[in-house]
Amino acid sequence: MVLIYIDQDEQEIKKASFEAISYGAALAKQLGTHAEGILLGTVKESVEALGKYGVSIVHQVTNSGLNNFDASVHATVVTEAAKKLGATVIVFAHNINGKAIAPAVAVKLNAGLVAGACALPKTDAGFVVTKTVFSGKAFASIKIETPIKVISVNQNSFGVIVGEGNATLENLDLPVPASKIKITSIDKIKGEVPLTEASLVVSGGRGLKGPENWGILLDLAKALGASTACSRPVSDADWRPHHEHVGQTGIQIAPNLYIAIGISGAIQHLAGVNRSKTIVVINKDPEAPFFKAADYGVIGDAFEVVPALTAAILKSKAGA
Amino acid sequence: MNILVCISKTPDTTAKIAFVEGNTKFDENGVQWIINPYDEWYSLVRAIELKEKNPNVIIHLITVGGADTEPIIRKALALGGDEAIRVNNTSNDSMVVAQEIAAVAKGGAYDMILTGKETIDYNSASIGSMLCALLDTTFIPNAISLDVNGNTAIVKREIEGGEETCETNIPFILSCQKGMAEQRIPNMRGIMAARTKPLKVLEATIHNETTSIQQFDIPPAKSGVKLVDPSNMDELVRLLKEEAKVI
Ligand SMILES: Cc1cc2nc3c(=O)[nH]c(=O)nc-3n(C[C@H](O)[C@H](O)[C@H](O)COP(=O)(O)OP(=O)(O)OC[C@H]3O[C@@H](n4cnc5c(N)ncnc54)[C@H](O)[C@@H]3O)c2cc1C
Repeated sequence: MVLIYIDQDEQEIKKASFEAISYGAALAKQLGTHAEGILLGTVKESVEALGKYGVSIVHQVTNSGLNNFDASVHATVVTEAAKKLGATVIVFAHNINGKAIAPAVAVKLNAGLVAGACALPKTDAGFVVTKTVFSGKAFASIKIETPIKVISVNQNSFGVIVGEGNATLENLDLPVPASKIKITSIDKIKGEVPLTEASLVVSGGRGLKGPENWGILLDLAKALGASTACSRPVSDADWRPHHEHVGQTGIQIAPNLYIAIGISGAIQHLAGVNRSKTIVVINKDPEAPFFKAADYGVIGDAFEVVPALTAAILKSKAGA
Repeated sequence: MNILVCISKTPDTTAKIAFVEGNTKFDENGVQWIINPYDEWYSLVRAIELKEKNPNVIIHLITVGGADTEPIIRKALALGGDEAIRVNNTSNDSMVVAQEIAAVAKGGAYDMILTGKETIDYNSASIGSMLCALLDTTFIPNAISLDVNGNTAIVKREIEGGEETCETNIPFILSCQKGMAEQRIPNMRGIMAARTKPLKVLEATIHNETTSIQQFDIPPAKSGVKLVDPSNMDELVRLLKEEAKVI
């Protein structure tokens, strides 16, 4: 059986989990078995509805202490669940929480781990999973040599597959160790899609000259319903908050659309965004290296091009 | 207070990524090696800052790798590490690396273990979490600040869409990222001092790999950029809608 970890935050199931379930369900089919989910804590929405992504049963450990994330505690409970349910493959999203517990679960189950898988395994000769390495500049095919396998799936690499059906909800009774972490405060930027989950991203670089000029970028993001990102010098100079910094030393993202405005396309920047499905580059320098990594390019002054693009999007939306 | 800082050797961020031996090995030819930026800029520098506030702090460095990692370890000593251990194991399997570190940590009574958020070569972000299971110690990932008050640590960490502040007692394990500290450059005195700081080599004890790399591949290059006239943004919108189908 393939067991998928269903990640939640403030009692809401994370979008990354839908992709992890879709991946786990496809893998189960490939292995001739079925997929089940494991959810820790309590959530506000319907758990049965997760059936449409491909799980037949969702096991829930309804201990409200589990609503606060503690890597050590969560890894212990998931491990016990995997043992009790007889899972042979455990799948996680490669998001912040998944990254924090999948390796610990692998240790506890004596399982080989592939962290950051970007495709289903090849199972004709062994169990070989492809993952991105060198910050997206290459792929590695990694063979897992152990009977039990742990995989975390890179976000936006497999996609969410929506089918039909409901999952059965089953209560799982497992001991929950006491957490040694006391959470004192949580600070969230309300109403914003976290960058790693965003399917559309508008990003700005030093070419925008200063924080006072970000209005045109924010207007474009609003017109598209996109999240915003920036290059490293922009966040280093505090023009934009640190959590917007993408790249090799920031966050790595793989949205459907990445629009880069006034960003030169340094190798360290590309490493964080080159898995994006479609890249649009707006830059006044035709020699900017970013154009080599782009699908669509506009050579022009951002201060003219960006407002024109926003207007064109609004016009197209109004017409549709 | 004893801090163990995990140091990994990675290719420089501008290194050409290529493979040899039928795409099974990273081509090290001409590659400049650096300390993994997350290990250097964030975990190591934060440990040094804690030592500057509290002279009782001893910074122990550990790396798992061959003799070719020694220049990297010497640089970390030059920045401000006190002593270093190299475990002579060249495995690429994170499980093996974590087990080697855990074997050392078990004998060391470290109050905290710091790792980088991930390495920039294999990007697995696994060592901290594996150590958590191997040592049965609290693990806080993606830390962006750390303050220590007696036995209590106050840690801020990144969560999706925000930040969380939490407290825990020593011992604990952190993975560090941007926000934690600022990059430093080693000075001449540090470089001189590093030459004589202790660097102990331990023989590998873990040999059971759980994974093996079969092959590397370079992603296919983009087919070429399609340029759109800056005065015709309606056309760009059309392409994004009808051709790329992303909006
Ligand atoms: C170890 C290391 C790690 C790094 N990690 C990262 C990382 O994670 N993320 C990251 O982003 N960088 C990273 N960098 C920095 C990186 O090398 C580049 O310096 C940085 O990405 C450049 O940012 P930029 O493109 O915003 O600025 P610049 O390189 O200054 O580019 C500005 C661009 O704007 C264009 N421009 C100017 N005016 C206009 C206008 N009016 N209209 C349109 N275009 C205009 C210019 O033609 C230029 O191409 C790292 C560097 C190192 C050494």
